[in-house]
Amino acid sequence: MTQLNENAAAVLEPDETDLRIEERLAEERAKGLLRFSTAGSVDDGKSTLIGRLLYDSRNVYDDHVRAVTHNAEIDFAQLTDGLRAEREQGITIDVAYRFFSTAKRKFIIADTPGHEQYTRNMATGASTADVAIVLVDARKGILDQTRRHACIAALLGIPVVLAAINKMDLVGFSEEVFAEHSRALAALAKQLEIPDLHVVPVSALDGDNVVHRSERMPWYTGPSLLELLETVPLAIERSHAGLRLAVQRVLRPHQDFRGFAGQINAGTVRPGDEVVALPSGVRTRVRTITTWEGNLDVARVPQSVVLTLEDERDLSRGDMIAAADAQPHRTRRFTATVVWMQNKPLRAGATYLLKHTTQTVRAHVVAIHSRMNVERLEKSEAEQLELNDIGEVTLETTRPLMADLYRENRATGSLILINVETHATAGAGMIREIADATEGELYVSHATHGVLAVGNRAELASQLETLLLEAGALVLRTRASLSPALIAHARLGAFILVESDEQLPITLTPVHGAGVKPYELATEDADEILEAIQRLGAIPEGEDENDDGLGI
Amino acid sequence: MTAIASEPTGLAKTADTAQIERSGVLARDRVATEERLNHIQLLEAESIHIIREVVSEFQKPVMLYSIGKDSSVMLRLAQKAFYPAPIPFPLLHVDTGFKFREMIDFRDRYTAELGVKLLVWRNEEAIANGANPVQLGTQRCCGLLKTQALLDGLRAHGFDAAFGGARRDEEKSRAKERIFSFRDSAGQWDPKNQRPELWNLFNSRIGPGESIRVFPLSNWTELDIWHYIHLEKIPIVPLYLAKERKMLVRADSLIPVEQPFVKGLPGEEQWVKCRLRSLGCSPCTGAIRSDADTVPKIIAELVEMRNSERANRIIDHDQDGSMELKKREGYF
Ligand SMILES: Nc1nc2c(ncn2[C@@H]2O[C@H](COP(=O)(O)OP(=O)(O)OP(=O)(O)O)[C@@H](O)[C@H]2O)c(=O)[nH]1
Ligand SMILES: [Mg+2]
Repeated sequence: MTQLNENAAAVLEPDETDLRIEERLAEERAKGLLRFSTAGSVDDGKSTLIGRLLYDSRNVYDDHVRAVTHNAEIDFAQLTDGLRAEREQGITIDVAYRFFSTAKRKFIIADTPGHEQYTRNMATGASTADVAIVLVDARKGILDQTRRHACIAALLGIPVVLAAINKMDLVGFSEEVFAEHSRALAALAKQLEIPDLHVVPVSALDGDNVVHRSERMPWYTGPSLLELLETVPLAIERSHAGLRLAVQRVLRPHQDFRGFAGQINAGTVRPGDEVVALPSGVRTRVRTITTWEGNLDVARVPQSVVLTLEDERDLSRGDMIAAADAQPHRTRRFTATVVWMQNKPLRAGATYLLKHTTQTVRAHVVAIHSRMNVERLEKSEAEQLELNDIGEVTLETTRPLMADLYRENRATGSLILINVETHATAGAGMIREIADATEGELYVSHATHGVLAVGNRAELASQLETLLLEAGALVLRTRASLSPALIAHARLGAFILVESDEQLPITLTPVHGAGVKPYELATEDADEILEAIQRLGAIPEGEDENDDGLGI
Repeated sequence: MTAIASEPTGLAKTADTAQIERSGVLARDRVATEERLNHIQLLEAESIHIIREVVSEFQKPVMLYSIGKDSSVMLRLAQKAFYPAPIPFPLLHVDTGFKFREMIDFRDRYTAELGVKLLVWRNEEAIANGANPVQLGTQRCCGLLKTQALLDGLRAHGFDAAFGGARRDEEKSRAKERIFSFRDSAGQWDPKNQRPELWNLFNSRIGPGESIRVFPLSNWTELDIWHYIHLEKIPIVPLYLAKERKMLVRADSLIPVEQPFVKGLPGEEQWVKCRLRSLGCSPCTGAIRSDADTVPKIIAELVEMRNSERANRIIDHDQDGSMELKKREGYF
């Protein structure tokens, strides 16, 4: 062992405790992981329910319980309401993530706020959930906010909804009340196309049907909430879908290695698989799946890996490696369901930064088609989307996205919109409809336009010309000096190689913003220069300090 | 018995042998085809994604390195994220001057072995003025030696993103924090106005002077950390493992005797078989009585444990919500 003594386990002979633990850890690893979030209106008892769930399943530490026990009574909501403001106001403001496990499964909980003002935090918690627990106060039934949350959960594609009719202790454990709310929930689930709904009567405060089945509601013979959580089917990983890997970063530790680092967004990959590099469309094969542990024979969603390809030109951050026979859409125009999260409303004509997989582009709001009326769960016409509104919007991007429909793949069908000025996350979108970029559309790889001055290095100019042509760029080679006319050509999508008779430094001028700022490159190696072109070319508009923020 | 290598010389190894040695349990599980990934593999994949995202989207990231178990895991994940390239950012250790000697030894040897760049930042002024928890109280001492030093260190180097090893299961205000946690130009956290964070789409946009703290281990539990350390054979500071140590024994507390101002009454200093569950400054980190001298035994102890890992930290429960207060001011 060469590392700082690979910790003491390697030094001491394992004894009985060690072996017992080894077995136990193997069991841990065999358990499935379920992520769920809470939903419902303010004060319905979500945090109390989670506190109860943790407490009754013996997943809280004694010192944590002690800290929330006042006059011998445990305030269960305070086990998760971890902010001072939350404890002072008695409401949840932001999501709390809690972790627990039972003999059957491991769980990650997102306990979300019910208050309308914090709907975006509910969406945050729900976006990574496989199951939503929707709470309903037995005294109040379904409220607008219950509907809004259920609607967001459905739009986010959460397949399983467990509805907990809470505070049954306050309605005398009435079977009729439960039946009435159950019917209303079933109708709601049908309207929202939620495929899998289970309704359970509970008292979060007293623990009835949370972990243990209640004896106070003999008319209910179904499972407790925890039993349901332990048995609902786990989300199916999309390992049989076509491969998607959005390139996060190009790794180039030395001349002989160029790897594309990313998390597999869908599918499975093996060395030798035929893939397509997008947006260039170049077909190639996977050479290796490189990881720290060594090369792999197979990797699948959602592993983080590095791929090397047989032919590896023209791929940089934001590009995608996909199955050659099941490609994503390449699109600049699509319709998405957007949940709006900032005070300033969304209006047609506005521009935002849009982050999709690993690329950030500018997006223009072409039209707002509708807004969801939460009371009636109907779409109505709208001029704008206000804070917490949900609506259908058509967006157009400056550069193409490699996307799938959200319902086919969360990772390549989801996006966030960012306010260009405040940098706040303004909204979240799920792609519903895609207009493919037409075949005839002039398309120049985004990463390969700009102006490169190479001085008197004619050989380098020739090498670069070849590389850039291979990369799909429209190359103009000239001896004219850098002028507004040349910049204008580059803006239209050309890559301009400028030669001269002098021994000048090599400079690259990206042209996406309104300003132009030359970068001096410290290398004369054609491959490295190409990489710099792609890297600097990939800086989205608005990033450059000379940019006035207007874009082109 | 300590956890520091018995072969400190054999640090260099060829790529091939390194590769063979690394093919541990995780690698085998991975090749085992059609099964779904286990939760440790899912956590690892998520963390690596986060680390790569930060490095790709920020100008000048840094990894806060506290020498503890979480830092060790985070460092291993960083190695994995960029392999075969080296880790593309430096580590920053905020040193209060009160860290255990074994921690500093470990830090220097381990980072040298990995060949990562280590920066150390200390609030020299406060240290020269003799700041210590006995004299100032733990809150003010922490404020000067940790929070202030951290903010100064980040600012002096111009880092715009800092990785921290905090986990949501540690403490209930941490349970509320985003993976990408936005800090204003004063380095402060506004828990009531966090950016929404959906799916794994992280918003990296910041203005001048603003920064992001990033927590790649957000969704790991203490058990997951030890589980991973065990599977991956990650080196840890030997203070985590039980042995006979000289302690100041006072009621239920075991206070490490390292600093001159930590002095007991006659008879309070005793040799006790104990270990540390979480590493901090020696005067403020209580040890626990334990026989766990291997990682599996630590895990065995952990699954029986009834108190949280920070229960032995003196600073965290000075007052209600003290962690949140410190975090708002800029503490990790
Ligand atoms: N009687 C009774 N009271 C309950 C029950 N569940 C929750 N409560 C009470 O309802 C109030 C609100 O509970 P919380 O758990 O904070 O509600 P919440 O849904 O988390 O609220 P927000 O997160 O702010 O939306 C508290 O006073 C609880 O004690 C229940 O089953 N029975
Ligand atoms: Mg709550």
